[in-house]
Amino acid sequence: MFDQIDMTKLIFGRLSWDAIPFHEPILLATFVMVGLGGITLLGALTYFRVWGVLWRNWFTSIDHKRIGIMYMILGIVMLLRGFADALMMRAQQALSFGDSHGFLPPHHYDQVFTAHGVIMIFFVAMPFVTGLMNYVVPLQIGARDVAFPFLNNFSFWMTTFGAVLVMASLFVGEFARTGWLAYPPLSGILGSPDVGVDYYIWSLQIAGVGTLLSGVNLIVTIIKMRAPGMTMMKMPVFTWTALCTNVLIVAAFPVLTAVLAMLSLDRVFGTNFFTNDMGGNSMMYVNLIWIWGHPEVYILVLPIFGVFSEIVSTFSSKRLFGYTSMVYATVVITILSYLVWLHHFFTMGSGASVNSFFGITTMIISIPTGAKIFNWLFTMYRGRIRFEVPMLWTMGFMVTFVIGGMTGVLLAVPPADFVLHNSLFLIAHFHNVIIGGVVFGTFAGINFWFPKAFGYKLDAFWGKCSFWFWTIGFYFAFMPLYVLGLMGVTRRLSHFEDPSLQIWFQIAAFGAVLIAFGIACFVIQLGVSFMRRDSLRDFTGDPWGGRTLEWSTSSPPPAYNFAFTPLVHDIDTWADMKSNNYQRPTDSFVAIHMPKNTGAGVIIAGLSAAVGFALIWQMWLPAGLAFIAMMAAIIIHTFNYNRDYYIPAEEVTRTEAERTRLLASHV
Amino acid sequence: MSAHHDHAAHGHHDHHDHHGHDHADHGSLKSYATGFILAVLLTVIPFWLVMAKVFDKSSTTGFVLLAFAAVQIVVHMVYFLHMNSKSEGGWTMLALLFTTMVVVIMMSGSLWVMYHLNHNMMPGMDHETVPESIRAVPVEKDMKKMPGMS
Amino acid sequence: MSNTSTSTHNATGAASGSRYFVREHHPENGTMLGFWLYLMSDCLVFACLFAAYAVLGRNYAGGPTGAEIFDLPLVGLNTSLLLLSSITYGFAMLESQKDRLRNTMIWLAVTGLLGACFIYFELYEFVHLIMEGSGPQRSGFLTSFFALVGTHGLHVSFGIIWLVTLLFQLKRHGLTPENRRRLMCLSMFWHFLDVVWIGVFTFVYLMGVLS
Repeated sequence: MFDQIDMTKLIFGRLSWDAIPFHEPILLATFVMVGLGGITLLGALTYFRVWGVLWRNWFTSIDHKRIGIMYMILGIVMLLRGFADALMMRAQQALSFGDSHGFLPPHHYDQVFTAHGVIMIFFVAMPFVTGLMNYVVPLQIGARDVAFPFLNNFSFWMTTFGAVLVMASLFVGEFARTGWLAYPPLSGILGSPDVGVDYYIWSLQIAGVGTLLSGVNLIVTIIKMRAPGMTMMKMPVFTWTALCTNVLIVAAFPVLTAVLAMLSLDRVFGTNFFTNDMGGNSMMYVNLIWIWGHPEVYILVLPIFGVFSEIVSTFSSKRLFGYTSMVYATVVITILSYLVWLHHFFTMGSGASVNSFFGITTMIISIPTGAKIFNWLFTMYRGRIRFEVPMLWTMGFMVTFVIGGMTGVLLAVPPADFVLHNSLFLIAHFHNVIIGGVVFGTFAGINFWFPKAFGYKLDAFWGKCSFWFWTIGFYFAFMPLYVLGLMGVTRRLSHFEDPSLQIWFQIAAFGAVLIAFGIACFVIQLGVSFMRRDSLRDFTGDPWGGRTLEWSTSSPPPAYNFAFTPLVHDIDTWADMKSNNYQRPTDSFVAIHMPKNTGAGVIIAGLSAAVGFALIWQMWLPAGLAFIAMMAAIIIHTFNYNRDYYIPAEEVTRTEAERTRLLASHV
Repeated sequence: MSAHHDHAAHGHHDHHDHHGHDHADHGSLKSYATGFILAVLLTVIPFWLVMAKVFDKSSTTGFVLLAFAAVQIVVHMVYFLHMNSKSEGGWTMLALLFTTMVVVIMMSGSLWVMYHLNHNMMPGMDHETVPESIRAVPVEKDMKKMPGMS
Repeated sequence: MSNTSTSTHNATGAASGSRYFVREHHPENGTMLGFWLYLMSDCLVFACLFAAYAVLGRNYAGGPTGAEIFDLPLVGLNTSLLLLSSITYGFAMLESQKDRLRNTMIWLAVTGLLGACFIYFELYEFVHLIMEGSGPQRSGFLTSFFALVGTHGLHVSFGIIWLVTLLFQLKRHGLTPENRRRLMCLSMFWHFLDVVWIGVFTFVYLMGVLS
């Protein structure tokens, strides 16, 4: 009898039927909808017999282009989830005044704002920028893939399974209620004895490994695989920002890994890193996590600066102004981002000398970003500007991001921050820079590079609708928050007593609805463009008059990217080639060495997610077994020495000839 | 220190990738042995200094220990890891320097910040976060009068 | 730093003599650099743990101090074992450069054994401490001690697993270019762990006894 109980505990841990939220109507309704949608999707995939294709050509693909696209899809799916959380929050805060308590009890509301933050940062913004870098960088440097194609696939699946764990928390157990950074002691075992924080920890640890490896991958790619003649100072600006971003990733994510590990040790083994007694120090968590946290936001925004550099120069039909200063500004931002982290906790009590130091460094770091804005403006000056959708997003960014940046400089002043810390002013500030920066930049990048990836442009009308709804919606949603913050309203509240505040929240909710329309227009844009793809077709591979090497390939590029590796002589290589009447080689192709697809990435990542899930629920036996299986899978994979193949020369010839035909018939 | 000029083992050029294998040094028996002997010395002396309580002031010992550790790390880097400014076009050195910078910022920044935080926000628990043996900032005299404080 | 433009092969024999492409291009292998970058990131994990130890290392919570629980002779023994294992790995590398597969594998095995002894003594130390009530839950000092030293030990353990795997792979495939890369990577890993240990025995053990 005792043995039986022990076995059950060993196998099931704290997992039981209680974990499924049968008694929460909102969750139940969500589950039903997701279940129906999921069954429909899976059914359709089965009906159209695409599982084989999906597995062989996409899930197991080590092609950076496919992986990049999958990252973007992950980001879009998670955007819908994260935004649903946002809508719920706006609705709750617009309704919950005085006697009315809205529809979300605090227990639930706290999970919503935590999930919103975690999902948006880790599973929307990170996949978006990683996806863009993955797709574009090898093409821009004239390479055929990244340095470690298998690791690339593995990284993608680690990120995805991290997202899966977060989504699972919706239906099995619950999520953390601590805010997206999970400060102890609230996130310690006494403050949060339930599984929520464990879901948080393990989904981020798994995703974090993926991101770290991706960082190493892209740095080595950029350093080692540039086309001959492409010196560092001839790289496209997007590649420069990608390099600096990945340096930040490699130098920051280990800190997150270590800190979350320490937190989980506290929770599982009762250690005393961040406890209130026995010699722990919870302030140390805040210090360490922001040493990661500040570089993280630059990881999100630097690639976006690169996106805008490419778009501004392309749609102004002009070389980017101040290439050298752009590069230096990016490198300076990279280094300075390690010297500002304390501005996230001015109020924790480190005193005047420490606060002043970090306040000053925070103000200094805004300067190189300002330099970039000027460079973009100078690029546009006297350019022949075309207001295509990517350029619209860019202009929206320039205004919106600058406002957000200015409120940041305001917050950098410690005495001001003492009043505004953790108020809605702060929330408005960071949404201002993240939406104005990362979101607008992502949509700009998607619209810009979509034709390259899929062979047809995105519909411009729906793109413009999406842009205007997003922009106007953003201002309606967040300007009231600046006002509320200055009036002293704190963040993360699910109920208010002062009825005079309600109007501001209602305006903000209206803004959120506009943004919802913006997202809907984007989804419609994807659908309409697909339907109209023949009339939107990109035949030449260069629909915008691009300036960098990716535009020299067909749309979409062949698996090998370049039949012959380009030889580079100048910045804006493709523009240089075009202005010198470059002739595409049409014969004498050779066999091309390529890496093979593999399922090892999915399997290892899936097993690590199984380990994570088992650890969350303290199912020690399954955790142990899954861990052993994962190690075995890794070791077995290392015994695979047969990882590449050659694309025969005849196939290359055929592919290139097809392109020659296409180009000739659509001049 | 010219470890990277020690001659690589015979025949090494025949067997490595011909894909532009640049400047990677692989050491020799002599260089490994030198590194080993240096490392042994740089280990034995610190142990002796502590176990035999050679210096009166523990802060002196502390400084000397850190200095020996720093030197031994360099010895390992040069003789075992064959660190030089030319491998991988200088990128390994750059990566090491950048990492060192981040580590220094992180450690010194954290110590500075945590010291101030503890001092301001944990009154009565105000024991040093920085070990006395390496701290330059003087200890508050009040603290010593606090009961139970070491 | 030098501009790392990759080799500028000319378009030898290209029909069009174009100045904008090359016929054959083999990018340099990036495994060494990639692994080095991973090691730098691992460095930061340890830095974080060192930082935690620096902050919490005197929080005894009324429990034992370093001077009371650290067994310096044992630490000295362990340090010697690890240092010795570094040089035996060096010997393995030298043998591999002379294409002597068998000797390479022998020195590798010796390295692994030394590493295993290191882990054994470390576990012995840990178990002993836990048994006498000085486990990681006892205080902030002990928490950070166990985390830092334990993480290092975990790394060594993974290194040993890797080493054993590599022995099998050497036996199966010999000293191929791929296996040589793997030997180099494990070499970097192993030496790096010895570097971290310098920090551990200095900062944790020796200075812990001092205070």
